Amino acid sequence: MNAEVMHRLMVVDDSNVIRRRIERAHDLPGIEFVGAARNGVEALEMHARLKPTLVTMDLTMPEMDGAECVEKLVARDPELRILVISALADKLTAIEAIEKGASGFLCKPFTDRQLNDALRKLITG
Amino acid sequence: MALESDVAVFVDGVLRYFQNTVQQAAECGTPYLAMDADPETSDYTGIIRIDGRREGMVAFTAPKSMLSVMLMRMQETDMGHDNLCDLVGEIANTLSGNARRDFGAQFNISVPTVVFGRSGPLQYPDSTRPIVIPIHWRNYNARLIVCLKD
Repeated sequence: MNAEVMHRLMVVDDSNVIRRRIERAHDLPGIEFVGAARNGVEALEMHARLKPTLVTMDLTMPEMDGAECVEKLVARDPELRILVISALADKLTAIEAIEKGASGFLCKPFTDRQLNDALRKLITG
Repeated sequence: MALESDVAVFVDGVLRYFQNTVQQAAECGTPYLAMDADPETSDYTGIIRIDGRREGMVAFTAPKSMLSVMLMRMQETDMGHDNLCDLVGEIANTLSGNARRDFGAQFNISVPTVVFGRSGPLQYPDSTRPIVIPIHWRNYNARLIVCLKD
C-alpha cells in the first residue's frame, strides 16, 4: 500500500454503473479504492477481507439492505466511516441511517463534486 | 396529493437527474394521461413497484442509443447490455426514491426490475391510468410512466 494512503475505500451498491462511477469520480488524496460489493452480505464478507476505513453504502439493495449492513459494520468496527448514498431523499431516512451508525448522507443523483465534498467531510469531520 | 403535484414531483426529479448525472439538461414535454392504459415502451424499461401509503409503479423507458450516450457522459467505457439494464433500473430507482421527499417515508420502493425490448404491456394497478411524462435529451426521447393509486 502507498505510504501516503490513509483511507481505504469500499463501495457498496447494487448498481454496477454507480459502483464504477464512484470508483472513478473520487479524487481526494489519501483515499485508495480497495473493492466494491453488490449488497450487504457481500459487504460484510469483503469488509473482513479488505479492512476498509471508508465505505459508501446504498440503502435499497437485495439480499441485505444498506441500513442493516451499516448497523452490522459499525458493530464490528466502530471506527469505520460510512457515507450513505441513496435515492431515498427524505429526512427520516437520513436520520435513521445516522442513528444506525452512518457518518454522512448523500442523495442520488449526485455530481462528482458533491461526492468528493461528502467524502472530504467524512475524513476531516 | 393532486395529480398536478404528483407530476411536478417527478418532472423535478427527471431534470435533477440529468443535470447531476450527465451534466446536461433534459426537457420534459407535456405530461398526459394514457387513454388506452398501455403506453408504448422503448428498448429498455426500468420498473419500480411502490407500496405503503401509495401503491403502484414508476417506470423509465428509453432507447438503447440514449442510454449508451448517457453512459459515455458518465465516463463509462462498457456500454454492454448489462450496464444498459443497470442504468435504466438505476434511473427508475433514483426518480422513485427522490419522490419520498414529497410523498413521505411511507412511500416504499422495490429494487428495480428491467424489461428489455417491447415485450408487452406493463402491469398497472387496477382502475388506474398511467401518467406519461415525455423526456427529451439531446436528440433522444424517453418516457417516465407513473401509475399511482390515490
